[in-house]
Amino acid sequence: MSATGIAVAMLQVVLTIAAAPLLVGMMRLVRARLEGRVGAPIRQPWRDLRKLLRKERMVSANTGWVFSIAPLVLLASAALVAGIVPFLSTRSALDQVGDLFAVVYLLLLGTVFLSLAGLDAGTAFGGMGASREMTIAAIAEPTVLVAIFALSVSTGSSNLGAIVAATLAHPSTAASPESLLAFAALAVVTIAETGRIPVDNPATHLELTMIHEAMILEYSGPDLAMVELAAHLRLVVFLGLLANLFVPWGIATTVQPLHLAAAAAAVAIKLVALAATIAAIEVFIAKVRLFRVPELLAASFVLAFLAVTASFFLA
Amino acid sequence: MVGFSLALAAVAAALAMAAGAALPMRARVLWVGVLTALSAAAGGAAAVAVLAGSGTFTANYPNLFPLGGVRLEFDALSAIFVLATAVVAVPASIYGIGYSAHGPASRPVQIAFPLLVWSVMMVPAAGNVTGLIAFWELMALSSLVVVLAEHHHNTEARTAAQWYAAMTHLSLLAIVLALIVLARQAGGDSFADIRLGVHQVGPISAGVVFLLTLVGFGAKAGVVPFHVWLPRAHPEAPSHASALMSGAMVKLGVYGLVRVGWDLLGGGPVWWGAVVVVVGLVSAMFGILHALIASDLKRLLAYSTTENIGLIFIGVGAAGMFASSGNRTLAAVALAAAMLHVVNHAAFKGLLFLGAGSILSATGTRDLDRLGGLARRMPVTAATFAVGSLAIAALPPLNGFVSEWLLLQSLVHSLPSSAAVVAVAMPVAVAVVALTGGLAAATFVKAFGTAFLAMPRTAEADQAHESPRTMQIGLVALSGVCIALALAPTVFAAPLQRVALAVGGLADGRPIHTNGVYLQLSGIQAGLSPLLLAVGLMVMIVAALAVVRRGRVRRTIRDIPAWGCGRTVQTARMEYTATSFAEPLQRVFDDVLHPEIDIDVDHRTESRHYVQAIRYRMHIRDGFEHRLYLPLLAAVRRWGDRARAVQNGSIHRYLAYSLVTLIVVLVVSR
Repeated sequence: MSATGIAVAMLQVVLTIAAAPLLVGMMRLVRARLEGRVGAPIRQPWRDLRKLLRKERMVSANTGWVFSIAPLVLLASAALVAGIVPFLSTRSALDQVGDLFAVVYLLLLGTVFLSLAGLDAGTAFGGMGASREMTIAAIAEPTVLVAIFALSVSTGSSNLGAIVAATLAHPSTAASPESLLAFAALAVVTIAETGRIPVDNPATHLELTMIHEAMILEYSGPDLAMVELAAHLRLVVFLGLLANLFVPWGIATTVQPLHLAAAAAAVAIKLVALAATIAAIEVFIAKVRLFRVPELLAASFVLAFLAVTASFFLA
Repeated sequence: MVGFSLALAAVAAALAMAAGAALPMRARVLWVGVLTALSAAAGGAAAVAVLAGSGTFTANYPNLFPLGGVRLEFDALSAIFVLATAVVAVPASIYGIGYSAHGPASRPVQIAFPLLVWSVMMVPAAGNVTGLIAFWELMALSSLVVVLAEHHHNTEARTAAQWYAAMTHLSLLAIVLALIVLARQAGGDSFADIRLGVHQVGPISAGVVFLLTLVGFGAKAGVVPFHVWLPRAHPEAPSHASALMSGAMVKLGVYGLVRVGWDLLGGGPVWWGAVVVVVGLVSAMFGILHALIASDLKRLLAYSTTENIGLIFIGVGAAGMFASSGNRTLAAVALAAAMLHVVNHAAFKGLLFLGAGSILSATGTRDLDRLGGLARRMPVTAATFAVGSLAIAALPPLNGFVSEWLLLQSLVHSLPSSAAVVAVAMPVAVAVVALTGGLAAATFVKAFGTAFLAMPRTAEADQAHESPRTMQIGLVALSGVCIALALAPTVFAAPLQRVALAVGGLADGRPIHTNGVYLQLSGIQAGLSPLLLAVGLMVMIVAALAVVRRGRVRRTIRDIPAWGCGRTVQTARMEYTATSFAEPLQRVFDDVLHPEIDIDVDHRTESRHYVQAIRYRMHIRDGFEHRLYLPLLAAVRRWGDRARAVQNGSIHRYLAYSLVTLIVVLVVSR
């Protein structure tokens, strides 16, 4: 673990935290414009977070220590993952600390703590959100791991840096059937795990249809700010994984500042393109019933499974 | 050193049994606890010595029994299982001091518990067929006594003990058959002789021996379809004994399978491993689905044991498949994953059973739907149960994640050069491991969330209080073990190589390399550092706290009522229960679980448009018990009734039977 590696990891964490609310603001703006509204400016999520940080912390009398530490664990796990995922460079010091499996389970750690916090308030909505969130997380898990399986077959490693480096070395693999299938599978999971339409609606105000929002109903002030920031971060992490695992071009394989700056620009373009696409698609589709979500995830699992079989039988 | 430790373990266990028999109640509980802990610690010391490289310990007692002696052979494979036993037995014994004071303090249980601990440690140490069977039976009988501990005020315990006794003797029958065939064909009773003569065993006999072994040891391990005794016996045994049975005793099924299948028989064709993998996959899925919907906490933990044994079987079976198709380096990694999971599971499952025992003794119920709000009332139990829950859900940075990661790595890196059967099996295995991981997370969010968080649902839960000091020591010690195993799995690098070498038919090479704090695998380009992950998480938490503290203008925390969507009264009846938490997933897996749901609606007499009461009943049966065992039992009963016709009380007929028997004997022995 070199000093430059640690610096790259910290740079990634700081930059993703800075960029995540802006990306969410951009998505909201795209959506507003497509729906014929003016929409809030792109930096509105940052303003909201700043406002929340200054507010008083109000805590339900029923809750205990789990409710208090859950936002911290959620945010910390998302931030740590932001340091592992190769956003800027394959030389992040955290690359050998955790591989794709560690990334997946770290994100699950955050989900688990948020679900526990939802239960801790003792309200029906909190429990409802927690139960639904864990349902979706559990069913999404096979798709994610089998998609990782498909990715690591062709490269011989599940470490993110190795996968990115292998795709850079053999550009044709990016367009191979297994790669495309795995991309499609992970894209569906990204939608489910980040709570976007058609699985969950991040802008909903109707408690009965909520998943993520139902769990965090009891949070206020700085705690809510942490939960919101973590949600933004998780979105960026998932989109970053999609962008750089399958289309890694532009990423720095060194730690020179110039290359890192170019990589930051490249990843920003990729993220904006992906996020704008998702926001645009969301305008045209409706949220599906909760009990149709498993079918969606089952379909994504089939794609991931086909990706593994393709990587074996077509290789 | 090893011999001295084993002797000390035996002496301490004997003294503990004597204390259990002779002392008055209060002193009895204390001394049994202390001496059993000493016995287990001595066994653990022997295991550590062997794993650290002191070589295999052997001893011979040729005239111990009238027809055969006992040989001890304590190698690295034995040691890893004894270590797992010690990990759970030492804290469980100390915990038992406080736990038994208000419950199972009777003489038979206090005598049986040390015997159980000692025999669980001696089964892996046995070095011949006679010794293995003797210790195995000792273990089965002592655990049966423990299951019966509360039989006089609990009829469930009697039924559980009947199921357990039947299954454990079915298991013994299969094992004895397998070992007798093996010993006869290989020409020797001791394991060393069998290894030398195993080439004389034909492939068909070897296959038969292997299948019998799988049935016999699988029944003890609690894999599907032999799991039926687990969800009955584990809840009824005293909790510290459940911890030992679930954390250590069932693992001996895995030990027996590896010892006989891949050490004594030296491995076999690919289908051996494939069968074990399939059994593991089915057990893992079945176990976690039933754990998910269980609302009895100890039943939930018992089903989760079936799941974890399934994961261990997947590792062992995958190792067998890789070894048979020539990839012995990868086999070593899969075996290492399985063995590490044996130790990890002992730690966290022991911890969770002890936690369940604390809940049971504080509230008098195991039903999650009747608990709640215990985190404030039992802070130590809550914190330690949280550690166990995170560990068993395979979440980083705890120890369950490390062994699950190893298992996934060994499965994922099998593809490039392997047979088609491996290529089809491995993606399925990865998917099942992933799904069980996700469902385990949901299960333990449910268990921890409904038992410890929010408001208490009943008066018993409301009046709960923290358990006595000795019980807390057991809980804290085991959660410490979980954390230590999580942060420093690298210390197992050299021991796991010794285990791999001990299993001659399976693996060679060094499965795990360590480069300081990094965990690296041989033949696989992948790395992980659980320690640095934990450090990274802590750094991020501290940074987040620092930023939030700085930004906050008002530092006060205001207690407010929870928001009830406009309703002002908030009662515990509005909370999600364990059953309602699992309902969405239960609906998703409807076709597997087949729940029976009854809804009765009573109307008011004035008008049928007004509902007076709604009763909702849901019951989910164990499919194997319902469709396999109950018809089997009914058939046995029918045959029994028919056979009764032979014995009708007529003395003349009995005399005729004697005459016929005499003639047959004369003819046969002529």
